[in-house]
Amino acid sequence: MTSFSKSIGMMKNVSTTAEPVATKRTHSAPPPASAGQEDTWLLEPEEELRARVSDLEFWYGDGTQAIQKLNMPLVDKRVTALIGPSGCGKSTFLRCLNRMHDLYKGVKYSGEITLMPENVNLIELDPMVVRLRVGMVFQKPNPFPKTIYENTIAGLRIRGIKKRAVLDEMAEKSLRQAALWDEVKDRLHQSALSLSGGQQQRLCIARALAVQPDILLLDEPTSALDPIATARIEDLLNELEGQVTILMVTHNMQQAARISNYTAYMYMGQLVEFNETDALFTRPKCQRTEDYISGRFG
Amino acid sequence: MATLNQTISDAQGHASLVRRNKNQDILIAGLGMLILVIAISTLLAMFLDLFITGLPRLQDPDFYMSFPSRKAEQAGILSAWVGTILVMIVTAAISIPLGVAAGVYLEEYAGSNWMTDLIEINVTNLAGVPSIVYGLLALGLFIYAFGMSETVLVAGLVLSLLILPVIIVSTREAIRSIPEAYKEAAIGLGADQWQTTYAYILPAARPGIITGAIVGLSRAIGETAPIITIGALTYIAFLPNAPISGDFPFINFDWITSPFTVMPIQMFSWVSRPQAEFQINAAAAGVVLMVLTLMMNAIAIYIRYKVRHKD
Ligand SMILES: Nc1ncnc2c1ncn2[C@@H]1O[C@H](COP(=O)(O)OP(=O)(O)OP(=O)(O)O)[C@@H](O)[C@H]1O
Ligand SMILES: [Mg+2]
Repeated sequence: MTSFSKSIGMMKNVSTTAEPVATKRTHSAPPPASAGQEDTWLLEPEEELRARVSDLEFWYGDGTQAIQKLNMPLVDKRVTALIGPSGCGKSTFLRCLNRMHDLYKGVKYSGEITLMPENVNLIELDPMVVRLRVGMVFQKPNPFPKTIYENTIAGLRIRGIKKRAVLDEMAEKSLRQAALWDEVKDRLHQSALSLSGGQQQRLCIARALAVQPDILLLDEPTSALDPIATARIEDLLNELEGQVTILMVTHNMQQAARISNYTAYMYMGQLVEFNETDALFTRPKCQRTEDYISGRFG
Repeated sequence: MATLNQTISDAQGHASLVRRNKNQDILIAGLGMLILVIAISTLLAMFLDLFITGLPRLQDPDFYMSFPSRKAEQAGILSAWVGTILVMIVTAAISIPLGVAAGVYLEEYAGSNWMTDLIEINVTNLAGVPSIVYGLLALGLFIYAFGMSETVLVAGLVLSLLILPVIIVSTREAIRSIPEAYKEAAIGLGADQWQTTYAYILPAARPGIITGAIVGLSRAIGETAPIITIGALTYIAFLPNAPISGDFPFINFDWITSPFTVMPIQMFSWVSRPQAEFQINAAAAGVVLMVLTLMMNAIAIYIRYKVRHKD
């Protein structure tokens, strides 16, 4: 990609940031006739699923119950956005999916997260096995204090891959996927901490992609970034559609609308509505969703 | 409420508040400066006094290359500085791996139950035990119970015991200061606990660990009491076998079991002699020991400085 076409791409995206909620798919939807009367609404997608969450509950070590009877499908190779007011349990839910909570003491899960073709319950698997298949990108870029190259292939090293050729190839491939290759190809062996925040976050995405995860979790990956860096990451996520199953937390509803195929709205540890993104934003089935997306609260 | 609002918007009040705070700042800064000047000038005066007294011997190259002798002007510190370096090598080789491993275990692996609480309290307390008590322990355990003699190895062991708490505590602190985000990043990539610790946490904690180790070693280098307690000789007129030789197998560890003396003991032996000439030797040896210690501390400070200015 030339820098010219890149900057066009960036400009296009920057401008969309300012627009009101414009959904990803272009077919025009009628404005919400009347907000739905449902209390909760769970769409049954027609596409293939990668996972199904059934009656998931989660407790922190201090006894706080942060997730209550949560049900939700996760569609294969599609982007699902997770929205909801602060403290409603989005991060907690995301971290259930790679068993990150198991690092801390006294946590408790109940219910099931069934991984689809295999039909196994993720909660009963060894957390190490889960994390080898489910990647994660955090809110704050957290590259290791090592070189760019070493950061990119960190997951491969952890999996015991030593062949230089394989590592080099995967490093280039995932840096390209994360749209970072052109910016760093001449400085692969410099410290990752010398990169800008947006570059660091794309590096973290490259690091997560290098191990070819089945599911990629992103927790507000752009909230610490400026609009240009945000736009680049949104482009990247758009490109990943069709390749990886993505679940992403965001506070930015325009962003959810721009990049996701499905959206889930959570409130107080529960799922209120799961629907196709344009349907959820234009014809929400639940009054609570309507209130939230129209900015009446939250 | 009204009075509160008045106070808040009272410009004159603000001015006097600012003035009071500024005066306080000046007072505290001045007091700190005074204490600092007193501390530094005491140290400097001591060092200068030693330096001036010891100057005749310090200028003499033979001083560094001769064994102790009954004649003060021929006596040197060769066996002492070689002994100090060998003992330091043994101490570092024992205390750093053990201390770091213990720190990693306590911080990353041990859960928190009454056992680890007990260990934690004991480690902290051990740091405050007078060094001569370690000497007594080593005398009873290594010399009497295990039948070892007063060798470089035993000296290294007792000094290792002495500084282990320092290294354990600083390792734990260094690990604790690593952001949780690094750990979660590594774990999130599928790393197990050992991979996370070894490949990601320890490298990031390295500066803190090295600093702690050097602080511990600079304490060990000046220790006299425990080494005298285990019965180190004060008069050694030979060097241990060199660790590297021209003949097969080129490396030997004979020096570990060799009798030895160290700088502080050499000083102590000279100070306790009646002749004034030996006091000159003692002062000169003191300068060398202080320079060694200051050099080690300088390395620790340099490492900390480098880390702080890296990001
Ligand atoms: N370590 C913890 N121990 C106990 N309770 C916690 C812990 N972390 C989060 N919680 C609680 O769990 C609930 C959900 O928190 P969570 O971080 O998942 O919210 P969130 O939706 O991600 O919010 P935000 O949008 O602000 O990131 C909150 O009520 C929070 O107080
Ligand atoms: Mg969160």
